Amino acid sequence: MALDKIGIAKRIAQEIKTGTYINLGIGIPTLVANYIPENIHVVLQSENGLLGIGEFPTEEDVDADLINAGKQTVTMRAGSSLFHSAESFGMIRGGHVDLTILGAMEVSENGDIANWKIPGKMVKGMGGAMDLVASADNIIVAMQHKSRDGESKLLKRCTLPITGLKCVNKIITDLAVLDVLPEGGFRLVERAPGVTAEEIKNSTAGKLVIEGDIPEMKI
Amino acid sequence: MIDKVVENADKAVRDIPENATLMLGGFGLCGIPENCIQALLRKGVTGLTCISNNAGVDDFGIGLMLKSRQVKKMISSYVGENEEFERQLLSGELEVDLVPQGTLAERIRAGGAGIPAFYTPAGFGTEVAHGKEVREYFGKMYLLENWLKADFSLVKAWKGDTTGNLIYKGTARNFNPMMAAAGKITIAEVEELVPAGELDPNAIHTPGIYVQRIFQGKNYEKRIEQRTVKK
Repeated sequence: MALDKIGIAKRIAQEIKTGTYINLGIGIPTLVANYIPENIHVVLQSENGLLGIGEFPTEEDVDADLINAGKQTVTMRAGSSLFHSAESFGMIRGGHVDLTILGAMEVSENGDIANWKIPGKMVKGMGGAMDLVASADNIIVAMQHKSRDGESKLLKRCTLPITGLKCVNKIITDLAVLDVLPEGGFRLVERAPGVTAEEIKNSTAGKLVIEGDIPEMKI
Repeated sequence: MIDKVVENADKAVRDIPENATLMLGGFGLCGIPENCIQALLRKGVTGLTCISNNAGVDDFGIGLMLKSRQVKKMISSYVGENEEFERQLLSGELEVDLVPQGTLAERIRAGGAGIPAFYTPAGFGTEVAHGKEVREYFGKMYLLENWLKADFSLVKAWKGDTTGNLIYKGTARNFNPMMAAAGKITIAEVEELVPAGELDPNAIHTPGIYVQRIFQGKNYEKRIEQRTVKK
């Protein structure tokens, strides 16, 4: 069965290593924070100027001067630090953030990502997405395998306006875990419980590489 | 000692002319110069180019200046959550220049620090790269981006002193420090204005050299866009 959003978030949480600094995008990536095991110590970065995002505040603790990049009210963990936006993107561009997890509309088999604009629809802007994808060495995309119209979002080439080129390392969808191969192509790493390699193949428009038996995800 | 205190927001923005280029601090509605925006609405100056990460919401922040047709152009990274913005953009009344957020922050920083241009990887291979010089360094491609400066920068801080030193609170710092440095005239509004000497010099975020006018703000609404609480 295909995973729901929480399933995707739980599977991504397994990728997270202790001692790392992580930037989580809006949507499914934000949910990942809820499923990081207690023995894994990480610091979450918010590009509007905070290292050490904590949980949401209680009603009494709501502070208008403390929000995340999704403009939600947050708290700070012990050991947090605050900084301005140029410093924030300096640490992103400078390669100091170990892992970036973000959503996408399309990913191509050579790791290009499109996630900021749909022609014909109102453009909202790229926010920090272009800076993040151009800078991070380790990018995981969290998304549905297919669009609402049933079209594959894993393509040979992106059809939507590009956010960044050759930058995605790993994709975790409702159907599968896939690595983007340096020479191009999606290598199937794991299947969602009960989903066959054949189903994943039929849902992937780009080049899919299947080697040997593909294990099921353990959620 | 140089005293930069002005009486109120109206006096602070008194000489902002038509068609001026402004920088306005804030991320979403967090850390925005609420009092200066109200004063600009009262003043009614038009044709403004506003450099700000976001464009407010329909009934708050820069959204209010859009509604009163005072803005000619926005330079921002993200302009969602604003129907009036969308309407003016589609009808051609408003120009918008979308800039990746880190590039925007660094262009403003560069403007204040005297660096006319710099190379950044953000936007390479995208429509942001159109018309820009591209150069390879150490096997990676970069775009040349220019500095940004403003006639007036409007910033909001938590505390400030009479010589213009500023301290911000939480994530309300965001774009304010770089904008303070990139404005020809920088106007700071603060929640608490204190005499020089009362703020710890070790704790100052924006040194007073960047600030030309400062005033005690009032009636801060500090609206929250996404009030999210623990269940």
